[in-house]
This record gives sequence, C-alpha cells and structure tokens, in this order.
Amino acid sequence: MNKKDLILIGAVLLAALLGFLFFNTDKDKGSTVVITLDGNQYGTYPISTDKTITVKSENGINTVVIKSGEVYMQDADCPDKYCVDKGHISKVNDTIICLPHKLVVEIKDTDNQPPEVDEVVK
Amino acid sequence: MSKRIAKVGIFVALAMIFSYIEAIVPFNFGIPGVKLGIANIVVVTSLYQLSIKETVGISVIRIFLMGVLFGNGLSLIYSLAGGLLSLFGMIFFSKIKIFSVMGVSVIGGVLHNMGQLIAAAIILKSISLTYYLPVLLVAGVVTGLIIGLLSDRIIKVLCKTNKSIV
Ligand SMILES: [Zn+2]
Repeated sequence: MNKKDLILIGAVLLAALLGFLFFNTDKDKGSTVVITLDGNQYGTYPISTDKTITVKSENGINTVVIKSGEVYMQDADCPDKYCVDKGHISKVNDTIICLPHKLVVEIKDTDNQPPEVDEVVK
Repeated sequence: MSKRIAKVGIFVALAMIFSYIEAIVPFNFGIPGVKLGIANIVVVTSLYQLSIKETVGISVIRIFLMGVLFGNGLSLIYSLAGGLLSLFGMIFFSKIKIFSVMGVSVIGGVLHNMGQLIAAAIILKSISLTYYLPVLLVAGVVTGLIIGLLSDRIIKVLCKTNKSIV
C-alpha cells in the first residue's frame, strides 16, 4: 500500500461521511409513507394511520401495511421476497424495495419540509 | 499456450466458486440483491498475472455462466453492471500505475457497488436509492481492501512459483 492508495481510500471514506451527514442517518421518525411504482408516485399515506395498501401492477401484487407508526411488506408475489424479508421501517429515508415489481416504499418527513407554494400565498 | 488456457480455466472456476459463495450467503445493504463482489479477487490477481484480454474473458465467462446456472434476468443485469464497471475501472487504473494492487482493488470494490446501485436506480426509475450511496462506498472500500490484501499475497506466491517452474 503506497501513499496514493491511502489518499484514495481517505477520499472515498470522506465522501461517504459527507453522504451520511447529508442523509441525516441518525434518523428521526418519519411522518409520511410514499409509494412509488415504476418511477411514478402511487400514493402518500400518513404513518400515524393504520392502513393496508394493496399495490397491483402488471408486474405483480404487493401488500404494504402501515401499523403503529411502522411500515412493512406483508406479502408479495415477487420471486425473491427481499421486500418481505426487509421487515419493519419507520425512520426518515428508510426504504423497502421490491426490485422485480419496480416498487419503492419510502419514509419521508413532510413536517420539516418547507410549506407548499399555495400555502405561502395564503 | 495450453498452460495459459489451463490457467484461464482455473481462474474461471475459482471466480465461479466465489460468485457461488456470494449467491448463497446473503449480505443485506438495503438494496435487494446487491453483492459484495468477492469474485474480484480473481480479477485483480488475473490483472497482474495474465493479460487484459484474458482478464476480460474470465470476467465475462464467469458472469454469463453464473447467470445461466443460478441467476435470473435481474441478477444478471446486476452482476453485469457491477462486474463490468469494476473490471474496466481496474484495468484503467492498473495500466496508469498511480495506485498499487491495494488501490486498484479498492477502486474495483467501490465501482462494483456503484454499478449495482446505478442498475437498481435505472430499473426502479428512482433516485431515492442514492440514500444507500454512503454505506455502499464504505462497503466497497472494505471489500476492496480485503481483496487487495489477499490478491497481493496470491500474486507474490504465483510470481515465485512461476520463476521456480521456469
Ligand atoms: Zn419483492
């Protein structure tokens, strides 16, 4: 290992550290569940309200459950079942991904975001 | 000549064993199906022991054989994106000789993860995956370091045995 190797490794780790800071990985609880299907927003739901959402598409069926401030994939007919194995999530920026069905379940914190434009006008 | 072909065969077989281990041992970085890329141990060794042409051949044969034997369409896209990006990155940096085996291996580890992340982002049409970038960078460095250490050892042993045969 030479000096340039060390500089390279240091640079990559620094980039990772900045990334961790940017994404705020000490993680607050989120307030909104955002479901995206094939790049399009499918729906947003408050995490505080218990709800079962069945996402049906040409790729297959996923059952997303919001319960007691947490979200999990209850069932899916995808081949790998990674989304079901992921378990419960509740922190900001955490995601459940179903790659075969092109589905992303994401937790956002809309409380801390700047108000919408029409609200500012009011 | 036949000795070189035998060597390429052994390298392909070794690379497939590493890929297989990876396929049955799950590592979870949040993005389904992301692999560490430990088959890079063979790629790094091959880069310093055989030619570029042979290294590319070994990688491509490994990826397609694994895809045919154990994979599905998605895992093939993943291993192509990760495998080829890290392969070409390592070829480039081993040629310009700025970094040692360790540096080249770290570049391979990081690019392997970046390639898979890009593939997943394209499949899902979602940029929210950038959230996993930091953890994948760190994982790439760690894998790269371990693979670099091992490859460095293997290359030195192979160099010695080569001399003793000739
Ligand atoms: Zn799934």
